[in-house]
Amino acid sequence: MESLLEIRNMSAGYDKKVVLSDVNLTVNPEDFIGVIGPNGGGKTTLLKTLLGLLPPIKGEIVFNESMREGDHHHIGYLPQVNRIDKKFPITVFDVVRSGLMSRKRLTGRYSREENERASYLLEEMGISALRKKAVGELSGGQLQRVLLCRALVNRPRLLILDEPNTYVDNQFERELYERLRILNKDMAILLVSHDVGTITTYVKTIACVNRTLHYHPSNKISTEQLAAYECPIQIISHGQIPHTVLMQHDH
Amino acid sequence: MDSLISIFHFGFFQNAFWAALMASITCGLVGTYIVSRRIVFISGGITHASFGGIGLGYFLGINPILGALIFGVLSALGIEFFTRKADVREDSAIAMLWAFGMAIGIIFVYLTPGYAPNLMSYLFGNILTVSHANLLFMGLIALVVIGFFIAFFRMILFVSFDEEFALTNNAPVRLFNLVLISLVALTIVMNIRVVGIILVMSLLTIPQAIANIFTRNFGSMMILSVIFAFIGSMAGLLFSYSFNIPSGAAIIFALVILFGILKLISVGLKRVGKKFALPRV
Repeated sequence: MESLLEIRNMSAGYDKKVVLSDVNLTVNPEDFIGVIGPNGGGKTTLLKTLLGLLPPIKGEIVFNESMREGDHHHIGYLPQVNRIDKKFPITVFDVVRSGLMSRKRLTGRYSREENERASYLLEEMGISALRKKAVGELSGGQLQRVLLCRALVNRPRLLILDEPNTYVDNQFERELYERLRILNKDMAILLVSHDVGTITTYVKTIACVNRTLHYHPSNKISTEQLAAYECPIQIISHGQIPHTVLMQHDH
Repeated sequence: MDSLISIFHFGFFQNAFWAALMASITCGLVGTYIVSRRIVFISGGITHASFGGIGLGYFLGINPILGALIFGVLSALGIEFFTRKADVREDSAIAMLWAFGMAIGIIFVYLTPGYAPNLMSYLFGNILTVSHANLLFMGLIALVVIGFFIAFFRMILFVSFDEEFALTNNAPVRLFNLVLISLVALTIVMNIRVVGIILVMSLLTIPQAIANIFTRNFGSMMILSVIFAFIGSMAGLLFSYSFNIPSGAAIIFALVILFGILKLISVGLKRVGKKFALPRV
């Protein structure tokens, strides 16, 4: 199968400060990649370049034809919930539908089919009842679900999630990962997280980001390997959430 | 009561009525955008910077509102530019422009030979002296604002709610920010005649605060803001007439009282129980 996108020898950063260098990564349609790494290591920078918010300093990101449609990228994006202004006067349904605006002209309106698609997603996510609520009236987990609907409404080929496991309860976290596993049948997923312990159970492969990117083609990764990648992450163990106990293994 | 109704027969009061309507429309719509995006402080900067234009207008002998318009739009674009390109802290840039505009205004007014008789009406506004030419100008801007918000409603909501997400979707965020901030400047300058520089910000924020009691929906908030702005303006005008007090101050006073009463009722009803809550739109 053809890859969705390829990052080639990319360096990225802000003004004069290079945060990431020599990054190479290929994302395939069936991928479920967990992006881990210490704070300040460049996870956010990688994300921003993928989303087109930050142009690479060196190298390039090549999108496959199937990922492009005029100006439109087939990327669904779930930002961190705390980045959302909860006082903004907007209803849940309008947030979800706004995910369709990228395909529209400046004066675009929503078609009946699009409205139905948005309603269907709300139902799928079990939040139909919140449809007319304002975002300010939602809990962290509920808002997370709404933002996931917004990311999915455009039928992306690649779903990018930024720290979806912060500010939500364990129950929702488990539910989210199960849902991602199902979504992964239709789209590639790139999940950024600082919580290695939990995500390694669900992701297929791991990309460790710390000044550069080390790709690890399995979800088993040991502390020693992380250290070798200069990826000093604490491995957190959770009692109630299913997780892999990470073990040493030979290559 | 008869005397209150009879004032509608006066020409100046009819002008004031139309001016209040135009002001309510523009302030209701644009103010909802300002409050939602949390750019009240930027708008304050634009307002005071435009005083420089009024001073320049006096000095050069041109229409002070035209001067204010130029200063208003330029300062709006200037704040956008400085914070993005020149690496100046946004609030510092605003404060500087705020004070600089007032300083230029005062210098020019001081340098203008003779006495500037209408200066007070620019600082505090006087809706009762709005001319036909002013009204025409206000009507034109009201039409532009209504047309813009109706035509681009969904795109405005999209780029305003989550700018970063809109950028990842290749939405024209920059363009919309620039056009919208220019509309903010236009609206502010146009309403200087009604309530004056010092009070214009309240017409852009208090009706929205009242609307916010009843709704958390961008569209409904716009419509309700227009309605409450109009109620407040008319009540203020009648106060002003009855007690012989300045109209701009009376309008703001009426709006704040309206907000206080409705907020108290809403908080009170919430305490009693959800059943009695004020209607939500």
